[in-house]
Amino acid sequence: MADQTPDEKPQPDAADLPTASAAVAAETAAAQDTEGPSTEIDAVRPAEPAPVYRTGMFGVRGSGDTSGYGGLQRRVPVQPGAVKPYGGYFDDVDAALAQAWPGYRDVVEKVVVHRGEMTIHVARAGLLQFLQTLRDDPDLRFELLSAVSGVHYPDDPTGRPLHSVYHLTSLTYRRRIRVEVSVPDEDPHVPSAVAVYPTADWQERETWDLMGIVYDGHPALTRILMPDDWVGHPQRKDYPLGGIPVEYKGASIPPPDERRSYS
Amino acid sequence: MTSTPSSPTESPYTESTEGRVYTVTGGDWDDVVTSGAAGEERIVVNMGPQHPSTHGVLRLVLELEGELVTDARVVIGYLHTGIEKNCEYRTWTQGTTFVTRADYLSPLFNETAYCLSVERLLDAQVPERAQVIRVLMMELNRISSHLVWIATTGMELGAISMMLYGFREREQILDIFEMVTGLRMNHAYIRPGGVSQDLPPGAVEKIRELLVDLPKALDGYDRLLTGQPIWQQRQKNIGVLDGPGCLALGVTGPMLRAAGIGWDLRKEQPYCGYEDYEFDVITRPEGDCWARYEVKMAEMRESLKIVEQALDKLRPGPIMVADKKIAWPAQLALGSDGLGNSLDHVKKIMGTSMEALIHHFKLVTEGFRVPPGQAYVPIEAPRGELGAHIVSDGGTRPFRVHVREPSFINLQAVPALVQGGYVADVVSSLSSLDPVLGGVDR
Repeated sequence: MADQTPDEKPQPDAADLPTASAAVAAETAAAQDTEGPSTEIDAVRPAEPAPVYRTGMFGVRGSGDTSGYGGLQRRVPVQPGAVKPYGGYFDDVDAALAQAWPGYRDVVEKVVVHRGEMTIHVARAGLLQFLQTLRDDPDLRFELLSAVSGVHYPDDPTGRPLHSVYHLTSLTYRRRIRVEVSVPDEDPHVPSAVAVYPTADWQERETWDLMGIVYDGHPALTRILMPDDWVGHPQRKDYPLGGIPVEYKGASIPPPDERRSYS
Repeated sequence: MTSTPSSPTESPYTESTEGRVYTVTGGDWDDVVTSGAAGEERIVVNMGPQHPSTHGVLRLVLELEGELVTDARVVIGYLHTGIEKNCEYRTWTQGTTFVTRADYLSPLFNETAYCLSVERLLDAQVPERAQVIRVLMMELNRISSHLVWIATTGMELGAISMMLYGFREREQILDIFEMVTGLRMNHAYIRPGGVSQDLPPGAVEKIRELLVDLPKALDGYDRLLTGQPIWQQRQKNIGVLDGPGCLALGVTGPMLRAAGIGWDLRKEQPYCGYEDYEFDVITRPEGDCWARYEVKMAEMRESLKIVEQALDKLRPGPIMVADKKIAWPAQLALGSDGLGNSLDHVKKIMGTSMEALIHHFKLVTEGFRVPPGQAYVPIEAPRGELGAHIVSDGGTRPFRVHVREPSFINLQAVPALVQGGYVADVVSSLSSLDPVLGGVDR
């Protein structure tokens, strides 16, 4: 996965696609037609991601494989957006949000409920008001921002590979939810949450340092883990792990990112 | 031609062909003080990155007005080893060997936090005995971590004997770890699906010995430190951070409980069966270093209570999930040349079952696949909320691992703790915060 660059990624042949995913792909194309190629993303609901395909095994690409494995295709399921009722306290959170901020659903792109955890995907334009509402409303009271983390999905079908993820905790209600914002590579700006949650300070610096997400309005967005003059953002998928082959008893063991990959 | 000094801090000098020659003599201190030259005396001092009381390679940049700290900045990153990045290039099982190295004083917590998140994505049910062993090991680890804290705090505040005693008792716990996991640190003992091996014979007895010895040692620490006036003066009303301040800065764990907020994930959002254990959440209202001292000292006794209950709960049973597609390593046995696959297992895969051999080979080299999605399961580590944000794309390797490290986030509170205080109290505040730089930098 990680050592695949986007242009090497095997594209599914349209003829082999199951009809359902073909329909999704058609929808995606249609949505892109109506919206145009603009990078205007805020408050625009993105099309449901198309299924991801993988071909082959053992990380073999090109003509190296004579075993037949290269013909294998595996479909990776994509998390669908949840529909109400979400179950558990998630419906209470939703109702309280709707009451505190009637227009909140306009900034919500998708809600995912998976394995007992709720993830709310939010457009970045509404992020700060969203967090503020979650923190201050007496029926929500998410007092603690547990963690900010960044994830880089280079093949994100919506064209927004950089995700900034906020894990929120309500001590009052013993609840946890996750808020996620995604931005495109060429415009990696997210409003800083430091004014709402001061604890976001270092965590946003870390995410900037390792992922390259720019938090607008952060008091001092500098590198925190890497040296000040470092070039690049090491946690991104296109950043190599590095390493040298190790020789042992005449055999050479390649560095970890060049070893056989099964996924 | 000697110049006349314009201020008491300036020495008279003579211009010569060789350059300027100063005549340095003594002066009257009162003249220096009244001249006003000392009024704006601002010193910037670097503490670290290898000052003995900075808990490792932490650097503090302090701005001082005389003895008062007016500004403090924390510089970290000296120990960044890319643990999260490395996890993306190994199997899910190998991930534990990386995360265990983050906060090296609480390795079993790192492993548990990681494994709980992986297990949530796998939707795996860990067997009862493995849960109990996890609780047992984590609570022992909490004590050993707090023992390092009290030992280093003693050293930093001038009670050197406390350091020796703390490390002595910790050694007893590390001996137990070595007996159970094979290693004193960096165990990789807790694996997705359970634990890597069962408790060896004699481990329970050894832990019971500790349950007898350690309370006596804790009583000894109490007698040594608690009533001592210097120990109290160095900590009372020092480094105060109240409850709302803690929450705003994301500070959790003993610091939050010492500020009057009784938030303990073992009680509030139980995991690993903590709801079945009897123990108290220790809180203090003051929010200063002294309150943190009292909370952590009492927490060690509570952990002992949990360890005792866990020993009583131990029932024979599996220590790894039944699903053979996940359970690895699960067929270990101690041979003459150390721990390895059990002879029965080797006999089976080499002698009787080709399918078992293929399966074993694939599980070890390729690993298991984790369903796509993301999970975050926080646990109560010795320093606060610890959780691993795990993202899977459905493959045999983690797509992303992000560790929410309590040390990293608590360290943000340093300026709030030390600004406006004396420079000597920086050490008290920092040691009560108990950062571990391996966890901070990852």
